[in-house]
Amino acid sequence: MNDGAPPISNIRPAYALPERLRQYHLQVSACYQCRKCSGGCPLTFAMDLLPDRVIRLALLGQEDLVLNCRTIWVCSSCETCTTRCSNGIDIAAVMDWLKEEALKRGLTTPQPEVAAFQRLFLDNIRAGGGRLSETRLLGNFTLFKLRRGFNFKEHWANAKLGYQLFKRGRLKLQGGPKLKAEARREVENIFNRSGFKS
Amino acid sequence: MKVSYYPGCSLEGIALDYAASIAGVAPLVNVELMELEEWNCCGATAAHSISHALALDLPARNLDLAQRAGRDLVAPCALCYNRLKVAEKARGGLKDIKVWDLLEFMTQDSYLGALSKKMVQPLKDLKAVGYYGCLMARPPAVTNKKDYENPQNLENLLKVLGATPLDWSFKTDCCGAGLAVARPDIIDTLVQRLYERALAAGAECFVVSCQMCQANLDLTQERISKKFGNNFYLPVFYFTELMGLALGHPQVKDWLARHLVDPIPLLKKKGLI
Repeated sequence: MNDGAPPISNIRPAYALPERLRQYHLQVSACYQCRKCSGGCPLTFAMDLLPDRVIRLALLGQEDLVLNCRTIWVCSSCETCTTRCSNGIDIAAVMDWLKEEALKRGLTTPQPEVAAFQRLFLDNIRAGGGRLSETRLLGNFTLFKLRRGFNFKEHWANAKLGYQLFKRGRLKLQGGPKLKAEARREVENIFNRSGFKS
Repeated sequence: MKVSYYPGCSLEGIALDYAASIAGVAPLVNVELMELEEWNCCGATAAHSISHALALDLPARNLDLAQRAGRDLVAPCALCYNRLKVAEKARGGLKDIKVWDLLEFMTQDSYLGALSKKMVQPLKDLKAVGYYGCLMARPPAVTNKKDYENPQNLENLLKVLGATPLDWSFKTDCCGAGLAVARPDIIDTLVQRLYERALAAGAECFVVSCQMCQANLDLTQERISKKFGNNFYLPVFYFTELMGLALGHPQVKDWLARHLVDPIPLLKKKGLI
């Protein structure tokens, strides 16, 4: 793996992105490149840009690079970078902000499975009236995967695991108890206010 | 003591064993868990990943419910706990009540003291590593935990239960949690590393307090064993299950029967079941 840095001579700094991040209290300009974030990150093996590069490129306003990178989607939000940042940058929150922004702009994500899972998760809470049904979520995600192609080995393994869990009562066909109408309305209002689109 | 209880969605599903063991041991240490009425999902990783507004407002509704109930709020799931704390910080704190993670709550000195007097069966010779995962402890600006790099709650509890907690450097490393479904290959790499390090420390099992950690370490063990050509056998206990075992709860076997990595052979070998 290289560290994902484009040649510095090709970069023309822009100010819009760091300024917008600053409005969300994500002060990427505080970075002095100690690289503790990348040193502690357990997910670097799956990333295209190391976390310190994402911060640096965000500071340089390189929207295309940071909004389209794989890194923001394979970040597991373990919060190690945020915890250890010498300058108090909430790096994991920067990753989240970039994911949300990428979706708002309708960009094609390099990790469609992850993006779809997050979207289906939220759809599921909404459709269930406030609580998640894991079984329904797994069903919906399997349909999403099947539409992208059938992989016998993968689906067979998942079916076997599903059966093992079902046998032990850990995968229920019926979801948990439903919320009362009043509570469901409150949750629906939260969704309406949020501007989240499925 | 009465506290409000926020089980979270997965304790109604995949973590039924955790839910049952919590319900089983709480009365043994005189904790009365009053489930928060009409609670909703905290939004989990999905919300904070792609909707900042939902990530704050979904848990905030639960804080309102807890505030009305007027009791401290206890959450067994690390992610729920973390999201509730983030929402708490966003509103500048809570009046008169506190948000706890279940492990932190149950391992307060007073409970550990009471526990030591109620022991029925010390978990002698059981060599375990405590695995906390990420979000009980991190980031400290949210959790207010002091020992976020090297927490001791599980070790302190295991000592009281008579087990042998082992030191290792991976107790707060990530298992991949929310990526388990969308990118299982990432989980395999992260969790295999945890198995290797636990074995290197001399562990016979993991003890966890987070159901996502439990799922990622337990459900994947067969798959990861095959993939890496190593026959791992490391049962993954919830700390509440071990409390039940040490306190002689009659339903421990039912809880353990829900695991995929069967802990019974290990416990038989140790003469604990």
